[in-house]
Amino acid sequence: MNNFVEIHQLSFSYNSNKPVFKGINIEIPRGKVTTIMGPSGTGKTTLLRLIGGQNQPTQGQVLVDGQEVSSLSSSELYRLRKKMGLLFQSGGLFTHISVFENVAFPLREHTKLPESMIRSLVLMRLEMVGLRGARDLLPHELSGGMARRVALARAIALDPKLMMYDEPLTGQDPITRGVLTQLIRTLNDNLGLTSIVVSHDVREMLSISDYIYVISGGEVIGQGTPASINKSASPQVKQFIEGFPDGPVPFHYPALSLQEDFIAYV
Amino acid sequence: MFNYIPIVGQYGIENIRQFGKAGMLLFRSVFRIPHFRKGLPLVIQQVYAEGFLSLLIILVSSLFIGMVLALQGYHTLSKFGAAQQLGPLVALSVTRELGPVVTAILFAGRAGSAVTAEIALMKATEQLSSMEMMAVDPLQRVIAPRFWGGFISNPLLTMIFNVTAVYGAYLVGVQWLGLESGVFWSNMQSAVEFRADVCNGLIKSLVFGAMVAWIAVHQGYRAKPTSAGIASATTRTVVHSALAVLGLDFVLTTMMIGGW
Amino acid sequence: MRSQRVIESFVGLFIIAAFSALVILAFKISGLTSFFKEKGYTVIAYFDDIGGLKLRAPIKVGGVVIGEVTSIALDPASFKAVIKMHIYKKYNDIPSDSSASILTAGLLGDNYIELTPMYSPAVLKEGSVIEYTHSAMILERLIGQFLFRVGGGQGSSEAAADQSAVGNQTGGRNEKN
Repeated sequence: MNNFVEIHQLSFSYNSNKPVFKGINIEIPRGKVTTIMGPSGTGKTTLLRLIGGQNQPTQGQVLVDGQEVSSLSSSELYRLRKKMGLLFQSGGLFTHISVFENVAFPLREHTKLPESMIRSLVLMRLEMVGLRGARDLLPHELSGGMARRVALARAIALDPKLMMYDEPLTGQDPITRGVLTQLIRTLNDNLGLTSIVVSHDVREMLSISDYIYVISGGEVIGQGTPASINKSASPQVKQFIEGFPDGPVPFHYPALSLQEDFIAYV
Repeated sequence: MFNYIPIVGQYGIENIRQFGKAGMLLFRSVFRIPHFRKGLPLVIQQVYAEGFLSLLIILVSSLFIGMVLALQGYHTLSKFGAAQQLGPLVALSVTRELGPVVTAILFAGRAGSAVTAEIALMKATEQLSSMEMMAVDPLQRVIAPRFWGGFISNPLLTMIFNVTAVYGAYLVGVQWLGLESGVFWSNMQSAVEFRADVCNGLIKSLVFGAMVAWIAVHQGYRAKPTSAGIASATTRTVVHSALAVLGLDFVLTTMMIGGW
Repeated sequence: MRSQRVIESFVGLFIIAAFSALVILAFKISGLTSFFKEKGYTVIAYFDDIGGLKLRAPIKVGGVVIGEVTSIALDPASFKAVIKMHIYKKYNDIPSDSSASILTAGLLGDNYIELTPMYSPAVLKEGSVIEYTHSAMILERLIGQFLFRVGGGQGSSEAAADQSAVGNQTGGRNEKN
């Protein structure tokens, strides 16, 4: 199967008033880095939750590695999740245990490997993200970027086939952004992963992605390779990529006309 | 005025929904086949965090409660020339009512609020979600041990409370106010019955422990993931626990007084 | 977070402390002597009035507890109170014609049953019925009797005069006959 994840005609809403997705179609090819971009609040994190089975689609299908996620029993779902890694926006490290213990957690829970093997695996993962020396620190002693890297090491501990990143670069300084961006690409290639990155950091993502989807208003408004997205003619995509303050997404929130508010108001 | 009727109805339905969610949470985390090897160390950690670390407040409170009971009791009983009944007064009040109820309320305040805050914070920092995505059930790993920790700790704390309170009364009554030690203990022994008083008090503490632990765990799990949400969840734990304990106490006492 | 070993030791101490508290509660505070019901036999007695006798009230001989009350019921035929008593096994030589009285512990205390042994060679055993019983002394009746005696002091001499008058009349009639 060429696509690791396939999303067909997906519709989803948290409550019946506001639909988050209206019948979108997305394909995530194997072994590649696919970025999903869009303005804030368009439900990009929700998409990852739907792929991971934490929410059920109202309509449509989410297929991961050939399996329909919403139709799995809870034990099958747990088995599927072991093949996935998800890096949360806040890292999600367990605050009461050390870096080493955090990365070792999935290994201890799901394998019966001896302690020496676990140690080697944990140190290898930490080495991949460049934090092998920080193994005994506690999460509150780490900087934001370091915490994200530890969370990344934990997410790849069980050698997943699919890695999902929820806004990995948001709020980080330029050096950390560079580090994380490079890590996403190298891990994908070295470990043979399929990566989905949800982000709105246009420049960095354009530099490492193989394919891009732009989502706005619950629909896919643009898709393609980074080159074609850059040259896209669609005004919505253009506004997003170039960062124009005004365009299809207006600057002014809907309000009364200037006359009514300033002159007629006496 | 009639606008308020649907609001009241919605409020009522929302409460019932919350109760149902709490029940489902309890069912999914507690009524499961226990895995002793993995689960027991976690439960022991929670008994330490909830029970052992609450010992200080329990010991101090019970000592002072016993001492004050003895003081006030002596003051009033001696007007009737019944100062010898101080032992039974304190022992019966403590084992039947004060022990289980005060321990449960103090436990809710100290350990219950801590559990709620901890679980709510773990939810807000996405620790529970990341556990779920790592194919580890957070209900089994985080919620259930904290429930069992509370269920086990509360009766243990109650027994310690009872003894310390009676000892406090002994200190005041015998050592300070000069009652006869032998009379104090023998009157107490003839008035207090093991099955009717001590055991019933123990049963109460088991029920209260389960209730407080359940409320604490549920409020934490359902908290809004903001700082305001965590704060209100913590206060709700303490308030609901106190009300539940007092209400259950009345129900249990009526059942027990009639002789089961 | 302390190491698991330290935590386990503290929890162990905590549990030991709690169970010692339970033991103290049992023996020092509630005076539990034996956890299981001591073996014994059941004896039945009928009373006109049991006053404030409660279940588990002690049965005493000469002030020593030899058993407890296990059931209180009303006999539908004779409307007397049926009391079942559980007497401990070691007190198995109480004469079968002993009497049972309901007394009060102290002035305002609880009621208990006092058995007064008599002379019969036969002894009480499982299912024996006590023949001679004295009901509880009800305070109100006592006061009533007292008032009657004091208040009716003159009244009673008049009553005695009436009685003798009646007696004279009947005697008179007899004499006439």
